[in-house]
Amino acid sequence: MALPPQAGVGFKPQHFKAIRATCPDLGFFEIHAENFMGAGGAPHAMLAALRQDYAISIHGVGLSIGGSSLDPGHLARVKALCDRYQPDSFSEHLAWSSHGNEYLNDLLPLPYTPETLNRVCEHVDHVQEVLRRRMLLENPATYVTFADSTIPETEFMAMIARRTGCGLLLDVNNVFVSCTNHRSDPLDWLGGFPLELVGEIHLGGHDEEELPSGPLLIDAHGREVAEPVWALYGQVLDRAGPLPTLVEWDNDIPEWPVLKAEADRASSMLADRRQHAAAQ
Amino acid sequence: MQPLSDFTDDFRNALTTGPGRIGLNYTDAEEAARRFAVYRNNVAHSLKQALARRFPVIQRLVGAEFFTALAREFISKHPPRSPVLQEWGGAMPGFLRDFPQVAALPYLPDIASIEWARGLAYHAADAQPIDPATLAERDVLHLHPSLALLRLDHPAVSIWQANQPGQNGRIKVNGPESALIWRRSDFSVATIRIGADDAGFITGLLETGSLVKAAEITDPVAMLSLLLREKLICEEEMTR
Repeated sequence: MALPPQAGVGFKPQHFKAIRATCPDLGFFEIHAENFMGAGGAPHAMLAALRQDYAISIHGVGLSIGGSSLDPGHLARVKALCDRYQPDSFSEHLAWSSHGNEYLNDLLPLPYTPETLNRVCEHVDHVQEVLRRRMLLENPATYVTFADSTIPETEFMAMIARRTGCGLLLDVNNVFVSCTNHRSDPLDWLGGFPLELVGEIHLGGHDEEELPSGPLLIDAHGREVAEPVWALYGQVLDRAGPLPTLVEWDNDIPEWPVLKAEADRASSMLADRRQHAAAQ
Repeated sequence: MQPLSDFTDDFRNALTTGPGRIGLNYTDAEEAARRFAVYRNNVAHSLKQALARRFPVIQRLVGAEFFTALAREFISKHPPRSPVLQEWGGAMPGFLRDFPQVAALPYLPDIASIEWARGLAYHAADAQPIDPATLAERDVLHLHPSLALLRLDHPAVSIWQANQPGQNGRIKVNGPESALIWRRSDFSVATIRIGADDAGFITGLLETGSLVKAAEITDPVAMLSLLLREKLICEEEMTR
């Protein structure tokens, strides 16, 4: 069970009619789990229809895997959704978003220490046991680093994957955003990341602010993928070969053709790499 | 395990008070504050946006700027308890009732009740409509799970309608109204004003399921034909 190594798109209900009318040649659609936890109505009708024609990725944004505890009630709802739609992939974030019984609705950062590593591994183990499936864990976009952190992010994620058997979701925009924000080289980051464990790639747009010390990029998902991120994506494909690739656009959502054009660009880069591989 | 709990406790506190004590890796305090502000802004803005999507007419009636302040207050008093944000905001009518700054707009709680109920209808369970030919055989009628009746103190349906996109906000009516809200077959949510007798009929049906008893309240023809036309009389068990 895996996503096809093709381009996919983050599903937005306002695009449903255009998708049904045009039957786009895409490998998969991805949904945010928490938007499909109502009892019935349009979300489920649309998802059931998409499920007939496409591979589906369920992407959680609320499990708070980096937090102090998992919410068993919410995990049960994620499981019910996965049981109902049998997605080809389930993924979540290396981040936390709940504190006690307060949901903060953002992907918050954690220091990379042996303690947080143990905590995250316990949580990933538990999620995989409950869901009875291997999950993918996504690298975060971060704006701060912690004095307490002792483990590089790439190594931290590689250790989680090794200890829990989970796969990794490589968000190339997040790599670019984090490395720019932390004044480091994205290619060095990629060099330390276990590309062989990547089950999916994310691409999305970011915003830019300016600090006295240099740029601060924000992972806003509200515009086209930036050119340097496309270039970095090309580097990833050169090293790892074609991988399922999602284009995300969650805010200021454009008309369908604009989003589809972004996916087409990923599709053609994937096709290039396939041809290249076949010619060798 | 204690150190990690302390970390998230401190980070959560810092979202309110600033990042002085969470061990960020910057010697320049302003650099640390600017970076940390991204998280503060994301949390505040994304939750406000969720409320604005759920309560668009409230936002229009109080204005975007005041809505931001109102949302901040609501979030601090009634933060979301789960990541399923469509289930968050049910406390809004009561919150507005007790919020002194909007006392001059006493109909706001009713508007919030309409907007909250519309969201519930959008996500309500599916149900199989009955074959209308079988209506006479049924002792008990089950109405669609999305159907809701609201009895409002103010002409709130009229106000809500007058504040939809493209409307000028003016109304000419006074007095209490009842709202009937349901999800149509095309999944859009309907919101109409109904009279007191019709509201009594719907209440009777919702409470007893008995058409005979509900029809004692008022002539059922208009409401019954609406319920049948909109496929709102359903089988009890959902069939998927």
